[in-house]
Amino acid sequence: MTIVFYLSAAVAVIATVLVITRLNAVHALLHLIVSLLAIAVIFFTLGAPFVAALEVIIYAGAIMVLFVFVIMMLNLGPHAAEAERRWLDPAIWVGPGILALILAGEVGYLILRGAAGTTGAAIVGPQTVGVSLFTTYMLGVELASLVLLAGLVGAYHLGRRRGAGEDGEGERTNG
Amino acid sequence: MPELLRYLLVILGVVLAPLTIAAGLTWGERRLLALFQDRYGPNRVGPAGVLQVLADMIKILTKEDWVPPFADRPVFVLAPAIIIIATYLSFAVIVFAPGIAVAELNIGLLFFLAMSSLSVYSVALAGWASNSKYALLGSLRSIGQMLSYEVFMGLSLMGVVVMAGTFDLGAIVRAQAGLWYIVPQFIGFFIFFIAGLAETRRIPFDLPEAESELVAGFHTEYSGMKFAMFFLGEYVAITLFAAMLTVLFLGGWHGPGSQSTLVALGWFLLKTLALIAVFILIRASLPRLRYDQLMEFGWKVMLPLSLVNLLVTGAVVLWRG
Repeated sequence: MTIVFYLSAAVAVIATVLVITRLNAVHALLHLIVSLLAIAVIFFTLGAPFVAALEVIIYAGAIMVLFVFVIMMLNLGPHAAEAERRWLDPAIWVGPGILALILAGEVGYLILRGAAGTTGAAIVGPQTVGVSLFTTYMLGVELASLVLLAGLVGAYHLGRRRGAGEDGEGERTNG
Repeated sequence: MPELLRYLLVILGVVLAPLTIAAGLTWGERRLLALFQDRYGPNRVGPAGVLQVLADMIKILTKEDWVPPFADRPVFVLAPAIIIIATYLSFAVIVFAPGIAVAELNIGLLFFLAMSSLSVYSVALAGWASNSKYALLGSLRSIGQMLSYEVFMGLSLMGVVVMAGTFDLGAIVRAQAGLWYIVPQFIGFFIFFIAGLAETRRIPFDLPEAESELVAGFHTEYSGMKFAMFFLGEYVAITLFAAMLTVLFLGGWHGPGSQSTLVALGWFLLKTLALIAVFILIRASLPRLRYDQLMEFGWKVMLPLSLVNLLVTGAVVLWRG
């Protein structure tokens, strides 16, 4: 299991670097999907199969599809790749790069000191997750659902058509 | 060693069986459609036309595999592979008979849902990479359709999960020893069946490839083996949905004499093939819906219905303790 963990962790890191450096938006998204799938495998090796499945269903299978959906409609041409190339100017990525290196150094230090947790200590099944969501973390679940409800109402308000009939190209509100 | 050998045999069977059924369906569907519509169908090559499968395969393998110069090459090649991989991986968690499964996961049902949500990418990327109007329109339609129908496809199965108390497909089948879930969960069965039709993009939900308006939708630019992969992928997906319906609602391998593994496998195959025939019958008898009708039906009828089904199932299970 340890080798699977390190393999998928390496895949996740490499894919994420490619997400940032790809000039084509759809190719970048494909790498992001690979990264999410690798993270799902990491969850699986850590003994959380339920979270792994949800990661694939929700992040890779639903949210990223919506990203692809929007980018497909943008009709990005060669000038988009040019803009992307300008964003990859060293002056822009050196600062975040140094910060990320410090974090990577900390992780390396922790691993070398042997302070990292063991993998796959206990398998957490779907039932355990459900029970703890509806007992220990009840308040958190309720608050999260309130936030989602607010988002839903907001989306409805923004997408609402004013005045025009069923198939008329009605005026959209500005929110 | 015999244990390992048995396991390898199971894997081989799970790889070959869906492929055989899917290949057979390319002939079987046309014959059945012809039967329902009172004509002959392909009946020239071999006995009753069975060898038509072989003839089609030779034809499609010798066609030029053309990648349009305006297409995004890597994504164009990747797209047909995704649909085969995603549908095939789902067969890994299906329990065909006691002990006959590649992996009896405790999240088997969720694994199936995860894989079916990944197969959307195949259609989306194929349409985008083709760099053509019809393909893009077709794939935009199918993303909307598959995402919407996925929502209540998952919800319709939660009734079964509540009754069986597990996501483990083997345990779900064992829980149906007395009564198949199609009886208490008829609404769930009905919703999942319709969602399956929409996910496999079959008539009456084949708007992504509506030939009268979109040429062939997302696979307009595809030819040769890559086109065959989409085509075969659709049949593998139909087989998958029929097998899932069998596992979740029709008692899986249960049936008279299913103590012996061979009879159990026979029951599973029989139920799956019968459901595939129903899929084909629906294709033969229904017209295509309009896109706004499809969306409205999904969000305004099916979603509330599946929520009510889940609520009632939960209440009844709680009440009976």
